[in-house]
Amino acid sequence: MLEVLLVEDSPGDVRLTKEAFRATNESVRLHVATDGVDAMAFLKQEGAYANAPRPDLTLLDLNMPRMDGRQVLARIKSDESLKTIPTVILTTSTADEDIVSSYRLHANCYFSKPVQLEDFESLVKTINDFWLTVCQVAA
Amino acid sequence: MPLEVLVVEDSSGDIRLTREAFRDVNPFIHLEVAHDGVEAMAFLRRQGDHLHAPRPDLILLDLNLPKMDGRQVLALIKEDDALKTIPTVILTSSEAEADVLKSYQLQANCYLSKPMHFEAFHDLVKSINDFWLSSVRLPQKDDEEDEQESGTQVPHLRGRKRSPGMRRNNDNDNDRRRRNAH
Repeated sequence: MLEVLLVEDSPGDVRLTKEAFRATNESVRLHVATDGVDAMAFLKQEGAYANAPRPDLTLLDLNMPRMDGRQVLARIKSDESLKTIPTVILTTSTADEDIVSSYRLHANCYFSKPVQLEDFESLVKTINDFWLTVCQVAA
Repeated sequence: MPLEVLVVEDSSGDIRLTREAFRDVNPFIHLEVAHDGVEAMAFLRRQGDHLHAPRPDLILLDLNLPKMDGRQVLALIKEDDALKTIPTVILTSSEAEADVLKSYQLQANCYLSKPMHFEAFHDLVKSINDFWLSSVRLPQKDDEEDEQESGTQVPHLRGRKRSPGMRRNNDNDNDRRRRNAH
C-alpha cells in the first residue's frame, strides 16, 4: 500500500481528491487531516494517531484553521525524521509570494488547484504518476 | 521566454542523451551543462566565465561528480537563500537507499534513478518535462533576471509571467509545447 496524507480543510476538495485517487491508483490509501494541528499529530503519531502509518507522500493545503500549511511545512522540513517525506503544496493560491515562500521552506513542489473537475482529476493523476511511480522516495 | 534547465553531469554520453531527449520532448527548453560541481556553483553564482548565466528554472543534478560532488552542490544550493527556491532534481545512476535518504535530507526536490535503456531514459526526460516544466508552479523570476536571458535565440513564448488571470494562457502554452514535440 502507498500511504498518502492529505491535509485539507475543505470537505468538497477532500471528496474530490479521494475519488480521483480511487480512479487513478487502487494501491493508494488516503488519510485525511483537516487542519495543521491534526496533520502534525498524525505525522508525529500522537494521541488518536498513535498507530498512524508514515506517509509516502503528503499533499498540503496552505490556508487552514488552527495551524496553517506554511507552519506545517516549516515543521516537516526542519524535522530530521519527517523532512524526507515528499511534501507537495496543493492550494487554491496562485500568489507568487506563496509559491516562492513554499519553495523557500523546501516544499518538494507546488500546485494550484484547478477550478474544473476534469483538470483536478488529471492533476491527481499527474501527482500519482510522478511521485508514486517515477520518483524514488526514501523508505 | 525559454525554460532554462541546468544539467550537472560529467558523463558525455549522458549529456548527449539528455540533450537529445529534451530536444524531442520540448523545443522551448534551453539546456545548459556544468561538468562538475565547481562549475555548477560558478554557473549558479554567475562567477568567472558564467557572468551572464541565466537563472535556471530547474536543475538536474548527478551525485557522483569530479571536483565537488552532487551532495555538496545540493547542500550549497539548499542553504543559499537566493538559490534554494530553484527545484533541484537528483538524476543519478545510484539506487542506493542511503543516497535517496541523504538527498531528501539535504532538501532535494525529488530523486530519480537513471534507467539503463535509452527508451526508458527518454521516457524519464519526458516525465521530468511534463511534471516539472509543464504542470508544477515554479517560482517566478524577477524582471532583472528575465532581462539577462533576453538574448537567447528561441521563439518568443507568451505566458512565462504567471498570475491568476493568465492561468488559462499558461495551460495553452504548455499544451502547445507538448504538441510541438510531436
